Amino acid sequence: MAGYVTRRVLIMVLMLLVLTFAVFVLFNLLPADVARLTCGKTCTPQTLEANRIKLGLDQPVIMQFWYFFKGLFVGREYYGGPTPIECPAPCLGYSFQRNELVTTLIAQRLPATIWLALGAFAFWMVGGISLGIYSALRRGKWQDKTVMGVSLIGYSLPSFFLGLVMIYLVIIQLKLLPFPRYVSPFENPVQFFQAMLLPWIVLAILYAAFYMRLTRSQMLDAMGEDFIRTARAKGLPERTVIGRHALRAGLTPIVTAAGLDLAGLLGGAIITEALFSLPGIGSLALSAVVNPDQPIIVGTVLITAAFIIIANLIVDLLYAAIDPRVRLA
Amino acid sequence: MAVDLAVPSKPGATPEVAGRSLRQLAWARFRRDKAAMTSLGVLIFIFLVAIFAPLICSWFGVDPYTFNSSVISDDGGKPIGAWGGISWQHPFGVEWGTGRDIFARLLYGLRISLAISIIATTITVVLGTFFGIVSGFAGGKTDAVLGRFMDLILAFPFLLIVLALSGALTQRITSLGVPEGNASRLVYLILIFSLFGWPYLARIIRGQVLSLREREFVESATAMGASGRRILFKEILPNLWAPILVYASLTLPTYIGAEAALSFLGVGILPPEPSFGAILADSVNYFKLVPSYLFIPGGILAILVVTFNLVGDGVRDALDPRAARS
Repeated sequence: MAGYVTRRVLIMVLMLLVLTFAVFVLFNLLPADVARLTCGKTCTPQTLEANRIKLGLDQPVIMQFWYFFKGLFVGREYYGGPTPIECPAPCLGYSFQRNELVTTLIAQRLPATIWLALGAFAFWMVGGISLGIYSALRRGKWQDKTVMGVSLIGYSLPSFFLGLVMIYLVIIQLKLLPFPRYVSPFENPVQFFQAMLLPWIVLAILYAAFYMRLTRSQMLDAMGEDFIRTARAKGLPERTVIGRHALRAGLTPIVTAAGLDLAGLLGGAIITEALFSLPGIGSLALSAVVNPDQPIIVGTVLITAAFIIIANLIVDLLYAAIDPRVRLA
Repeated sequence: MAVDLAVPSKPGATPEVAGRSLRQLAWARFRRDKAAMTSLGVLIFIFLVAIFAPLICSWFGVDPYTFNSSVISDDGGKPIGAWGGISWQHPFGVEWGTGRDIFARLLYGLRISLAISIIATTITVVLGTFFGIVSGFAGGKTDAVLGRFMDLILAFPFLLIVLALSGALTQRITSLGVPEGNASRLVYLILIFSLFGWPYLARIIRGQVLSLREREFVESATAMGASGRRILFKEILPNLWAPILVYASLTLPTYIGAEAALSFLGVGILPPEPSFGAILADSVNYFKLVPSYLFIPGGILAILVVTFNLVGDGVRDALDPRAARS
């Protein structure tokens, strides 16, 4: 076990290093002019030239990568202004438009994104898995068909359309909720829940659809296995047969998908955050795309991809805990 | 290596009992799936509408670019008439502020959306199949390197990377001589969808190739001295059509949705060129007063994606009955 964990952690570290390199290549070597992408919509030739020097674009590519890489671990300084800008580790870059460190910007936006992701996650896991089990137990009956139909529509609907319809129905027509204005839950819990409820539901519907189908097919596979017959023959109550034996056997792919989806969401739910004007990482990334601010984009992409690689590792380690059939090879 | 095994025919056996190919079996199964057949009909209709959009528009006497100041009010540009100006001249109403015909804009948006997603799906499938086969067939180091490379691509969430690279890559595409604006954006969308979409298919293909390689018919072909190339093209590739077709039919609606989402966020196809996403983004400002502006384009987009998915599900169930839903 210890050897397996060490090996997996080493692979992960290697993946993160390659990721950093890939992100650097994508965002620094791909565009024809990087400085232009840090300069926003209102760009003067002076700022453009200043940014070119601040970013070290006048230096060889190898040195640029070295500064970028070094910044992540020991920090770096941006020269070119009257005083050098200090960017302590982990330095994800500096936004010349906002005059802020990218790390600071992301840290400010992280809470809203985390709340959004965790709330939606709770909703869709409970809803998706229980409806999936229900559907599998009523296989072929009208309940099953209804759940599967809802799930098809759920994963087919474009998220922004679903969100807009929700806003129209719940907020504008029925006036059940005020238009969402995000506050920290520690500041004003009531307003927090009012703001988060719809985004949670919209995200949960989109994700739950997939989990319903996955859980259902996993359950159907597991229910056909011999060990289920054995469990029933032992006289175990049906509840235990389903919960302990069938669900657990089919849980592995559900855990994989859940880990990766959650990690992806922690990098920001771009459309949902934009629709409900939540100050999260997704809307930060979007604003940096609409009004070009490359350092912010690079920072968010790097963080999100790192989340997913780390989640990959956690999921793989969880396998062994859930499913004794997994060999630690 | 199709070897004809002469089955001794029993006397009195009906001559109609003939072996059916996988394709015939699948088609027979697909035809029994009512939801999939209906959706296929709807899709064919949608394709025809998209292909003949200019003709249809000229029948109705509308076009997607002309401003019509006569159908909007002078102060604020509100469409005249109920439901956003729906009338015989403008079946889906007109755009707020410009009076452009929404019916025509949706038809042309449909063309762009289908063109992007069909081209991107084709490239995705070619790349995914190629690298999947290489990975599964070569094995060893090639497989390991390709596998890690795919892991890396898959670590970037699709929508985020499509959004994030739009500035950088569109700039590069323009600098390579593609006209600035929507032409570059179109190329960008097709490129980025394909470049970040293929690993999903490649993984499936790789798995299929790995299991096919161990099958008896491949073994017997090897034993008979077939070359690697022959095994690849004559034995393995024909067996990959099912997963490729299933994947393609489920990828296409994903790309339609992604294109709409990007245009909605203002980084896809931009006005004056029509697109579902941009129309819906505009509707946000007015749907309180004109709900049809949200529900007609959104509803059509939803129907489009749902029917594609239903056909995709039908194809999967028909080709792989074991994975069927019931």
